[in-house]
Amino acid sequence: MPRYRSPVFPFVRPPELDGRAGRRWPVAIVGAGPVGLAAAIDLALAGIASVVIDESNVVSTGSRAICWSKRTLEIFDRLGVGDRMVAKGVTWKVGRLFHRDREVYAFDLLPEPGHKRPAFINLQQYYVEEYLIDRARDFPDLIELRFMSRVTGAGQDPDRAWVDVETPEGKYRLAADYVIACDGVRSTVRRSLGLDFIGRAFEERFLITDVEMAAEFPSERWFWFEPPFHDGQSALLHKQPDNIYRIDLQLGPGADPEEERRPERVIPRIRAMVGERPFEIDWISVYSFQCRRLARFVHDRVIFAGDSAHIVSPFGARGGNGGIHDVDNLCWKLAAVLKGEGPSALLETYNTERVHGADENILNSARATSFMTPKSRMERLFRDEVLALASTHPFARQLVNSGRLSRPCSLAGFSLGTAETSDLSGTMVPGAPCLDAPVRGANGEDGWLLDHLGGSFIALGFGALASTPPGVRGLTVGGSGDLQDPQGLLAARYDGAPGVVYLIRPDQHIAARFREPTAAEISRALARAQGSSNA
Amino acid sequence: MTDPTLTTTWNLGTDGDDLYARLMAAHEGLSDDESARLNVRLVLLLVNHIGDRVVLEEAIAAARRCGPEPTNAT
Repeated sequence: MPRYRSPVFPFVRPPELDGRAGRRWPVAIVGAGPVGLAAAIDLALAGIASVVIDESNVVSTGSRAICWSKRTLEIFDRLGVGDRMVAKGVTWKVGRLFHRDREVYAFDLLPEPGHKRPAFINLQQYYVEEYLIDRARDFPDLIELRFMSRVTGAGQDPDRAWVDVETPEGKYRLAADYVIACDGVRSTVRRSLGLDFIGRAFEERFLITDVEMAAEFPSERWFWFEPPFHDGQSALLHKQPDNIYRIDLQLGPGADPEEERRPERVIPRIRAMVGERPFEIDWISVYSFQCRRLARFVHDRVIFAGDSAHIVSPFGARGGNGGIHDVDNLCWKLAAVLKGEGPSALLETYNTERVHGADENILNSARATSFMTPKSRMERLFRDEVLALASTHPFARQLVNSGRLSRPCSLAGFSLGTAETSDLSGTMVPGAPCLDAPVRGANGEDGWLLDHLGGSFIALGFGALASTPPGVRGLTVGGSGDLQDPQGLLAARYDGAPGVVYLIRPDQHIAARFREPTAAEISRALARAQGSSNA
Repeated sequence: MTDPTLTTTWNLGTDGDDLYARLMAAHEGLSDDESARLNVRLVLLLVNHIGDRVVLEEAIAAARRCGPEPTNAT
């Protein structure tokens, strides 16, 4: 009996079913999962209306994506839902790795002080969806959520894209300037366009369960290679809110998913792992390992984001996080195109930048999968001996791969960034996602840099800021400026001597940086970051 | 073609026979499986010690070149 009770969202009869045309939507979003909902909110923050279409009338069943990274929490902050997620979630930073019956080593993500958000929280996907739906309700004029509405097909012509929708009260076709397909790994939109994934599917399957138990396991990620309680395979234990533990157990390549998910098969495995303490199974699923993506994420007026565009093996927290990072990258560009502030070529940069992000996620998760599931005797020998060396030789610990945890993806070298000509040091190069730092506002209130960035282009100036082009919000640090740097961390992280200026994208990525730039230099960098081909 | 950085000329001075014997001795009394594991640990320790990507790439390529053709056996 699942502990979580989803709110039930009613079906509302849309005007299209009564022969009325309904409005022409700028954007139709297929799928009300975390990715689709985040997209609707991000577009609404930019003033763009969207309709979100989902076949269900409840949020996700089972925990599914549970592990949300610091960068994702920063995006959730920008969307106005970060505090609620972090308040409910389990914050963790320690991981322990076991081989057979011994602990090989523990790692501490050792978060550097001076950041608002922790490295990770664990929070069941159903809570993430519930909170995003609540947030979407803050924009009644800009977001319409249509539940119990199944998309059965999609298409486009040069002027519009459309989806065919089936509801309990009939069918209709809905047109929009753009369709964002956030309808998951079995995307109907993808199939309707005749598109296939490229990449690699592994034979391995994992049994994935939510178990409710009153236990004193700490808020840590525990991973076993060949645990004594699960013959020759691997296992993961992760704590979630509400006394729910996530347990993932690797199944052999020949396992029958239907057989393996039967409670009489699952319960003894959990019992072997958690001992005699009482537990209840909350949810059971079986998934296969895949590392695949679409060749392109942008198909004219139909754009793919999240699992509909790319799918990775778990254990790196790269699925749900990758989808939110897609949204972060896409929505300001789509809003600019729809408002006539940017060329449609700007959308092509979503394709190149997020294909790059997906490839990084796929590479990391494919390598973790290979380490967890050796394919030959020699691969297994190497894996086992890395583990053997790791307990006494620290170098080998860094070769142990139980999932390389999601890190923000750098866009350095891509076309929207202005090549660096200054002698500025540090990691905040064009293309990098902005690092957070503590700041003090004009009224003396303590806060965080990232809460002041995003939503529009920003010129962040240390000391005075001469002039900013139209469409760029100026933000000055120090002196009588907008922000003070009480701990000096902002200047340290941004090499922020007086006269240094950063141009920052609406998605909190650095577009350019300069020492004492002219207004023309900033304008040129802005035009380039907005997709102008002659900048 | 850049100059190779992997040392493939004699680099063991007068210790060659001793070191070869030492390597054989390390495997004494081990089963085939234990020997294979010992070799793997040696490779990992030496790879980390060398720590030079170019040298390692050249060593891997050289080792592949001198061995038998892959049989694609499963």
